[in-house]
Amino acid sequence: MIDTLRLTAEQAAHLIRDREITGVELWEAYRRAIDERDPELHCFLHVCDDPGGDGVPLAVKDVIGTRGIPTTAGSKMLEHYVPVYDATVVTRAKAGHGLRVLGKTNTDEFAMGSSTENSAYGPTRNPWDPTRVPGGSGGGSAAAVSAGLAPWALGSDTGGSIKQPSALCGNVGLRPTYGTVSRYGVVAFASSLDQVGPVAKNVRDCAFLYSVLAGRDPCDSTTVELPSPVQLPDRDSLAGVRVGIPTEFNEHEAIEPGVRAAVQRAIELCSELGAEVGECSLPLSLDYGLPCYYLIAPAEASSNLARYDGVRYGYRTPDAGDRLEMYTRSRDEGLGDEPKRRILVGTYALSAGYYDAYYGQAQKVRTMLAREHAAAFERFDVLLSPTSPSVAFELGAKTADPLAMYLSDLLTIPSCMAGLPGLNVPCGLSDGLPVGLQLIGPQFSENRLFEVGYALETAIGFDPVPERYR
Amino acid sequence: MSSTEWEPVIGLEVHAHLKTRTKMFCRCELAYGAGENTRTCPVCLAHPGALPVPNRKAIQYTIELGLALGCEISERAIFARKNYFYPDLPKGYQISQYEAPLCGPGALDVPGGVRVGITRAHLEEDAAKTVHAGGATGRSVGADYSLVDFNRGGTPLLEIVSEPDLHSADDADRFLRLLRQTIVELGISDAEMEKGTLRADVNVSVRPRGETGFRPRWELKNMNSFTFIRRGIEAAVREQIAAYDRGETLEQSTYDYDPDTDRLTVHRSKEEADDYRYFPEPDLVPVAPPADLVERLRSGLPELPGARIERLAEHLGVESASQLVSTGNDAKAEAFAAHGVEWKAAAALAMNRGDFLPENAEALARIVQANVTREALDEAFAAAASGPIEADPYLAQTALGDESELGPVIDAILAANPGQVATYRGGKEGVLGFFVGAVMRETQGKADPKVVNRLLREKLRG
Repeated sequence: MIDTLRLTAEQAAHLIRDREITGVELWEAYRRAIDERDPELHCFLHVCDDPGGDGVPLAVKDVIGTRGIPTTAGSKMLEHYVPVYDATVVTRAKAGHGLRVLGKTNTDEFAMGSSTENSAYGPTRNPWDPTRVPGGSGGGSAAAVSAGLAPWALGSDTGGSIKQPSALCGNVGLRPTYGTVSRYGVVAFASSLDQVGPVAKNVRDCAFLYSVLAGRDPCDSTTVELPSPVQLPDRDSLAGVRVGIPTEFNEHEAIEPGVRAAVQRAIELCSELGAEVGECSLPLSLDYGLPCYYLIAPAEASSNLARYDGVRYGYRTPDAGDRLEMYTRSRDEGLGDEPKRRILVGTYALSAGYYDAYYGQAQKVRTMLAREHAAAFERFDVLLSPTSPSVAFELGAKTADPLAMYLSDLLTIPSCMAGLPGLNVPCGLSDGLPVGLQLIGPQFSENRLFEVGYALETAIGFDPVPERYR
Repeated sequence: MSSTEWEPVIGLEVHAHLKTRTKMFCRCELAYGAGENTRTCPVCLAHPGALPVPNRKAIQYTIELGLALGCEISERAIFARKNYFYPDLPKGYQISQYEAPLCGPGALDVPGGVRVGITRAHLEEDAAKTVHAGGATGRSVGADYSLVDFNRGGTPLLEIVSEPDLHSADDADRFLRLLRQTIVELGISDAEMEKGTLRADVNVSVRPRGETGFRPRWELKNMNSFTFIRRGIEAAVREQIAAYDRGETLEQSTYDYDPDTDRLTVHRSKEEADDYRYFPEPDLVPVAPPADLVERLRSGLPELPGARIERLAEHLGVESASQLVSTGNDAKAEAFAAHGVEWKAAAALAMNRGDFLPENAEALARIVQANVTREALDEAFAAAASGPIEADPYLAQTALGDESELGPVIDAILAANPGQVATYRGGKEGVLGFFVGAVMRETQGKADPKVVNRLLREKLRG
């Protein structure tokens, strides 16, 4: 009997390699888990038939294009859209290790949200407590991995959509350095921030999946070759590692006491494992990260979502009198409230007479945030903080207040704005719900993040299986 | 009637399709006349997740044009998104250049005319083609439905913006023709107005002569014929002067020129102007052309038509020189001149008998300067069009110019036609042609007409 709740992707690959199980058996095990638990959780928007082969199954966030498999981005606008091509990350997953696309996971519409409640197809529920959200936008991928519906998954992160749901669901998620993973074929939200990354049960699986995804793609001009190959971590010690604790990110008033306690314990563990721990300060990043993000991301989104016009594919209003009405009604009926809100904000921020004050200014601030982080990395190898100020919140708790929802990403956004990689590692429970630890490093420091994450993971001994499934 | 002397102020924005094999941001092949929507892919149809990859050749072509116009080549050019909704614009934005174009300020010297400042030259992608079907007008308004052919969508488009340095329709015409010739000779575009691979937006205003500021301009969009551009400018100038004479003020607007009525109609006023919400294209990194590439392209430039016209104009005047260059006959004229043919004759030969292989220029030059028969000349040029020729066989067919041979022939003809001789001597010198013809017939076309003429006059005066 295959226990998908505990089986890691690495173990699954070994079982298949050693012929202890077949590819079909592995696939069927996940299909049974989905049949059993997904009616309650609603992680998947589409579940695939087994394409055959021995590769480890992979869940794919529904903003990532999959040839011949519906890709809705959580929007009614793309309800019946079936891509004619695979995103580069999917091509790599299939080609590199024969990974099989298990299904497409739920997401906030166009990845805009922090709870997966903005999906046009209904919310995903948190496997640890189904009355609570799994985080977002990649709540489907995080919840699927946590509930044993997939050994690992692809997510996408613009301002925290991998890290934050991983924190709320108790799994390991990497937002890679901007430019290391191709965006080709990934439904664009904010091009200068979007990055695809892995969600997994542990750090080694996460590192392995990243090694499959990363590298220059001729179809994405913003990608680069990795300066050094990905290394799977195996070291228990943190001797020689300099760990920085940005005070603003650890003492913010929005951070719940239970979260703070679990993160504090992880920081102490760093010292015990031999790391050199010190405090640092990133005042601009915390104060200006979120507001600048909410200018840049909507501005790019307002342009990126212009292609959903009802002309070539996607939703078109059934009865429009003329061209203008066809546009306005198709977009009005096809797009949900959150994309509309961001399109409005973004259009305004880019308008003549406002560009310099908003988008232009936000880009300048972004450069300052990158400099502020760079200065911290002269003293430290990694920076530690909570990933999310709170544990998973209840469904509906923040849907009426967009600003409260936006604050969920307060701690994840600044490093995204600076183009930096970030890893979420579970570091304990608070009121029975997972707490996530955020590790931030300089550009291309993924190997270092994996190393620190692995040592902490081993020392913490977090059980990733939700208590109610044990 | 106006007492003010008005000065037209004209600037052009010229668009040329680049002659690359593939589109600007994807690998779809460019093919004029291919079946509708057969040259498309996820990128040029703007499917979700598709990303642009710039065409290296198109960037190179744009740099070459910039160098030909003496432009500064940017070390860090930036693509920008120009946002607006239209069915022929699948992404909802056009990738163009805004703040940091590939080619900065330069100039084009129009021989015999003005130096026209070039504001910038940049690279962008063309829109697809919309066809409005049904309805009476064939236009968007009133059509039953519209169809879009995305084959053209994403074609690399070079945009060249001039300073408002032109002051007449003639100026504009000469500038545009020279610019077109330059583009064509660089081999970067066919630049054919009839095929739509060259189009221009024309900005026109007028001001009292002596005034230095600019008055509101009218923009004539998408002009696609040299004739209509000229007439559109003249119409705009005429209508603006009339309006000012009536005491009206004008506002900046976009106009359509209707060649049938020779009238301009407002397309869009400034208040209705779109806000394109330009911002740097985040899907692309800045273009940083390596200095050695730019230098290699600079040293590889051919001698440009403007310079050649200037050079030939010293011998032939600007008009004739321009004509030679624009018809591509200047090299042949120069070859004749280099081998001793007088310049005007060389130009005439190149224009009228230009159809020969360049390698035959020297032989032909010797032949035309020798006293060969008309038949020999025709044969030489005919042969020279298809293969190498030797001069000697033609030179042997020297025209009959020896007085001792021609004299008796002429005497015999005069003797045989006493009536005509009397007519000539009576003052009707037009009869001379009759005698010349007779001599040529008698000599089977071998007589040198110049000598025949002289001898006839002497003898008739006799």
